[in-house]
Amino acid sequence: MERRALFGGKLLPYTLLLPQFAIVVVFFYFPAGQAVWQSMLMEDAFGISTEFVGFENYQILAADPDYYKTMLTTAVFSILVAFLSLSCGLLLAVMADKQIKGATIYKTMLIWPYAVAPAVAGVLWLFMFQPSLGMLAKMLRSWGVDWNPLLNGNHAMILVVLAATWKQISYNFLFFLAGLAAIPKSVIEAAAIDGARPMRRFWTIIFPLLSPTAFFLLVINIVYVFFDTFGIIDSVTGGGPAGNTTTMVYKVYQDGKAGSNLGGSAAQSVVLMIIVIALTAIQFKFVERKVQY
Amino acid sequence: MSIGRNISRIAAGALFAGTALTLAVPASAQTEIQWWHALTGANNDVVNRLAAEFNASQTQYKVVASYKGSYADTMNAGIAAFRAGNAPHILQVFEVGTATMMSARGAIKPVADVMEEAGKLFDPNVYLPAVAGYYSTSKGEMLSFPFNSSSTVMWYNKDAFRKAGLNPDAPPKTWPEVFEAAKKLKATATPNCGFSTAWVTWVNIEQFSVWHNIPIGTKANGIDGFDTVFRINSPTHVKHFANLAELAKDKTYVYGGRTNTGEGTFTSGECPIMLTSSGFYGNVKANAKFDWGNAPMPYYPDVPGAPQNSTLGGASLWVMGGKSSNEYKGVAAFFAFLSDTDRQARLHTESGYLPITKAAYEKVKASGFYNANPYLETPLKSLNNKAPTENSRGLRFGNLVQIRDIWSEEIEEILAGKKTAQQGMDAAVARGNASLRQFERTVSR
Repeated sequence: MERRALFGGKLLPYTLLLPQFAIVVVFFYFPAGQAVWQSMLMEDAFGISTEFVGFENYQILAADPDYYKTMLTTAVFSILVAFLSLSCGLLLAVMADKQIKGATIYKTMLIWPYAVAPAVAGVLWLFMFQPSLGMLAKMLRSWGVDWNPLLNGNHAMILVVLAATWKQISYNFLFFLAGLAAIPKSVIEAAAIDGARPMRRFWTIIFPLLSPTAFFLLVINIVYVFFDTFGIIDSVTGGGPAGNTTTMVYKVYQDGKAGSNLGGSAAQSVVLMIIVIALTAIQFKFVERKVQY
Repeated sequence: MSIGRNISRIAAGALFAGTALTLAVPASAQTEIQWWHALTGANNDVVNRLAAEFNASQTQYKVVASYKGSYADTMNAGIAAFRAGNAPHILQVFEVGTATMMSARGAIKPVADVMEEAGKLFDPNVYLPAVAGYYSTSKGEMLSFPFNSSSTVMWYNKDAFRKAGLNPDAPPKTWPEVFEAAKKLKATATPNCGFSTAWVTWVNIEQFSVWHNIPIGTKANGIDGFDTVFRINSPTHVKHFANLAELAKDKTYVYGGRTNTGEGTFTSGECPIMLTSSGFYGNVKANAKFDWGNAPMPYYPDVPGAPQNSTLGGASLWVMGGKSSNEYKGVAAFFAFLSDTDRQARLHTESGYLPITKAAYEKVKASGFYNANPYLETPLKSLNNKAPTENSRGLRFGNLVQIRDIWSEEIEEILAGKKTAQQGMDAAVARGNASLRQFERTVSR
């Protein structure tokens, strides 16, 4: 049975739609259109001389081996952060879902890091792992690890992954907790009566029932890694060493703001925009499928 | 209801306060001069004091100094403001941004023109040659007003030198001597570090080339034209980076990062030798809990003509275009105020930045200030070591902010052992040239 509001004419529904549409135009289509237009221009930093170059900025981008390296870095970074933050979030949610004393305090404490600004989170981790001052760096060194995120790309990557993951665990925890609360206790009890042990109950009942939440979080996490980790990367590594932690969004900033190459930077934003539109499309498709459950 | 009444009362109060304020300040004919800068801490105080003194010295103009973040942030803020049509009158731009500003002829007004139109005396010859050369076109026209300048020196820990059995009053002069001293220091006094450098490209490429009288790029390091190409893969450059990479393996050389964040390892005592800006002076003086000193940058003795002279770091003041002639008169009056010899001398002795005019330098020298503060004169001696050549007058490359990042990436690859020094420097040249061509294309139309 379809539910549909009935309007007498076409004027009223369109008028009601107008404010929303105006907001979308002003805050999305207009800037997005400007980015596309800018990506076809080549100009100096001050915008005194401007030349229309069509798709040349994209051609330069496609011929730049660094850009592919950035894509690879972004892929490695996103997969690591998404996997780690999802699994830690799930583990903590399952633990917190049990009948324990002070569960509310626990939960509140676990949600806390989400309120920390990315740059602040970055600086926290930077201090802990600063080669000559950081507590954890000193510990690593005493174990004989030559910890040096300034020169070792893997170390720098570990550092930004840790900071980005730590920041995102709370969010995932919150959604998994809500997902767990929605699973009927009777199903789990029935399985327990049938003799299924906790691990088996988790993998055969709880986890499949959580999968819509998990998939939603996966998409959200990837979007998070693509855009919101900018502050962490900027404060921890500045994209270095040797570009080993330069993700796509960080390169947009580097080339556009620091390098005054607005055309090239806009072209990169457009590429990023396409990727995110694709991701969002996947998410919508998933939401539609979920309705049929 | 009561909320609504409160709001209207607050609004009425605000309106009243606003009226009172307007009445309190007499409608004056003062012209405001906006000055955007990037100086923090003690130097921020210096800037504010200069503005206050100027404002107190006359009634016609009012200089408003605003801090806009780091050097790069300030420059970007100025560019963005220009694009939006509300640029400040005076913008402080660091030396790396000089080429970008110079090429933006429609966005800036040459300082020589500003002074001439206002009938103020402006003679580029009063400046130290290294300073005037850095901010002048190839035809000798000075485009910006030199403000705060520094240069590279080698800071060293005298206590660590004593512990290692080295003479603290005879610091190493050449790179091979530095390497030997660093090995001894690491073996005896400072187990985690022999020596380090901050601002890795400024010290190891830009100042290094100038000090050895070898070109960074063609066309007199870009000063004579934007169609310049880099020359930093010369045998001397490659040898230097090969040495650094070799010494980085056992931490005799410790990479200090792209900016000055690594400087803390000197003041904490971890690294006994640190090559960085002379502007590090205030920090060392305040935080180093050991006997310290500084010395000129080291050189390779087998390079003919080395050491040549060093070049500048720091920033200059640019006058932005499109303002009224009255406003330009105010800018000129402020610059004339800043140029006063006594004021320049005081700025130097108080801030630790270099004196930029010959008269101020002579005056401070004659006062015997350097006998008590010899470490403030080291960078000046380096700057004036010899008459500047084509290779040591300065450097002017477009996109240099971005190119420095490219170079840093390649240096990091060399030091991590992923590329040989030759491969890394070849790539630094090729990638840097690509960026230069992009810049040339956007400015030469």
